[in-house]
Amino acid sequence: MIKIENLHKKFGKNKVLEGVDIHFDRGGIYAILGPNGSGKTTLIKSILGMVLPDKGSITVNGTTIPRQWTYRQQLSYLPQIANFPGNLRVSELISMIKDLRGQEANESHLVQLFELEKYLDKRLSTLSGGTKQKVNLVLAFMFDSPLLILDEPTSGLDPSSLISLKRIIRTEKEMGKTVLLSSHIMHFVEEIADEIVYLLEGKIYFKGSLDALKELTGEGNVEHAIAAIATTQTYV
Amino acid sequence: MYKILKYCFYDLIRSRWSYVYFLFYLLLGFMLLFLNNDLSKAVITLLNIIIVLVPLIGTIFGIMYFYNSKEFTELLLAQPIRRRSIFLGLYLGVAGSLSVSLVLGLGIPFVLYGLMKSGVIWDFGLLLLIGTALSFIFTALSFNIAVTQDNKIKGFGYSVLLWLFMAVIYDGLFLLSLIFFEEYPLDRYSLGATLLNPIDLSRILILLKLDIAALLGYTGAVFKGFFGTNAGFLIAMAVLSLWVVLPTGRMIFKAERKDF
Repeated sequence: MIKIENLHKKFGKNKVLEGVDIHFDRGGIYAILGPNGSGKTTLIKSILGMVLPDKGSITVNGTTIPRQWTYRQQLSYLPQIANFPGNLRVSELISMIKDLRGQEANESHLVQLFELEKYLDKRLSTLSGGTKQKVNLVLAFMFDSPLLILDEPTSGLDPSSLISLKRIIRTEKEMGKTVLLSSHIMHFVEEIADEIVYLLEGKIYFKGSLDALKELTGEGNVEHAIAAIATTQTYV
Repeated sequence: MYKILKYCFYDLIRSRWSYVYFLFYLLLGFMLLFLNNDLSKAVITLLNIIIVLVPLIGTIFGIMYFYNSKEFTELLLAQPIRRRSIFLGLYLGVAGSLSVSLVLGLGIPFVLYGLMKSGVIWDFGLLLLIGTALSFIFTALSFNIAVTQDNKIKGFGYSVLLWLFMAVIYDGLFLLSLIFFEEYPLDRYSLGATLLNPIDLSRILILLKLDIAALLGYTGAVFKGFFGTNAGFLIAMAVLSLWVVLPTGRMIFKAERKDF
C-alpha cells in the first residue's frame, strides 16, 4: 500500500528524516511513535505530498508521489491541529469538502455519534478545541477511503468520544482499510494498533507488533518498553 | 480551481473588510462628484487616489489573507487537488473581490451621476481597468512575499516596504537620477524606468488617454513623443499585463516547491 525508500528531509540545517525505509501493507492499524521532534508529522506530511522530500521515494498504491495529486482521492487525512477557516459554519465546511472532493460521503451518522448536531450552524471560530477536533474527525472519516492517515487523533477528546473514535477505527480496519496514526497516548496505541513503528532522530528504530516489542525489550509494560528502545540499539 | 475560487470569494464577501473597502469607495465617489460637480475633474482626482491606494490595499490585504488562510490552505493541500489550482484559486479570489469592491464602489456613484450619457465614460472605464490591474499586480506581489517568507511580521514589513518603494521612493530615486545625469540623453532610460514600475506606468497610461499635456510630466512627454498616443497606450497595456502574469507565475512556481 505505502512503500517508502531512503527518505531524507531537512529543514534548513535541521535534519528531520535521515533515510527512512518502511512499507505498510494493505489492511491493519499502524501506529507511528516517537518523541517530540522525531519526524512523525514530517513523515506523514511527506506521504500526503505536503512536504517534498530531498531524497528518496514514496509510493502509494503504485503511484510514486512527488507532484502527483490524484492518489489523494484514495486517502483521508486528519491534521494534528484542527484549525479551519473561521468564517465558515460547520455544515458549510462539511459540504465544501464534499464538493471539493466530489466523492460520496456519509457524514450524518458521524455527526450524530459525536453529538455535533447543535453545532452545525455555528461558525468554526466560535467552537472549543475539542469540538473542532470532532469536526476534524467527521471530515476525516466521512469518505470511504482505503487509506486513513490520522495525526494525533485523540487530542482534546472527551472519554466518550474517545470510545467512539476507537470503535470507528476498528470498524474501518474490519472493512479492510489501512490506518496510519501517530499518538503519544500509550494506552490508546496498546488498545488499537496492530503494529508500531518507532521513529527517533529521523530513523526507524523499531517496526513490529507490540508483543514483539515487549519480548525484545523484556519489559511487560508498553510505556517502559517504548522508553527502553530509545536507549538501546536498532531493532529493525 | 473554480471551486476554490468560489469558496475563497464567498469567504471574503462575508468578511467585514470587503464591505469597509467597498463603502470607502462609494463614499469617495459621491464626495468627489459632490465637491467637483464635474465628471472629468473627478476622474483626474480619482486617478491620483487610486494609483496610491489600490496598491496599498492590494498588498496589505493580499499578505494578510495569505497568512490568515494558512489552515485553509493546509486543509486543501491534503485533498485531491492540484497545488497550482489551490494557489491560483486563492489569488484570483482575493484580487477578484478587491476589484469588485473597487468597480462597484466607484461605479455606482458615477453611474447615478449620469456617467453613461457623458463623454468621459471611456476615461472612467480605463481608470477602473487600471485599478483592477493594480489590484491583481499588487496582490500577486504580496502573495510572492508570503510564499517565500513564513515569518508573518517580516512578510508584512516587506510588503509595506514594497508598496512604499513603488509608490514613493521609486519616483524620488528616479528624479534624483535624472538630475544627476542631466547632461546625458535620458529618454530611453526614463522610458525603461517607467515600465519597471506598475504605478508609474498606470499613471502615464491614464494621462495618455486623458490627453492632458500639462500633467504628463517628463516621462509622459517622452512616452508620447516616442510611441505616439496609440502605440504608447498599447505598449503600456502589454507591460501592465506582464506585471500581472510574471509575479503570478513566480508565486505558483514557488508554491509548488514549498513544504507545508
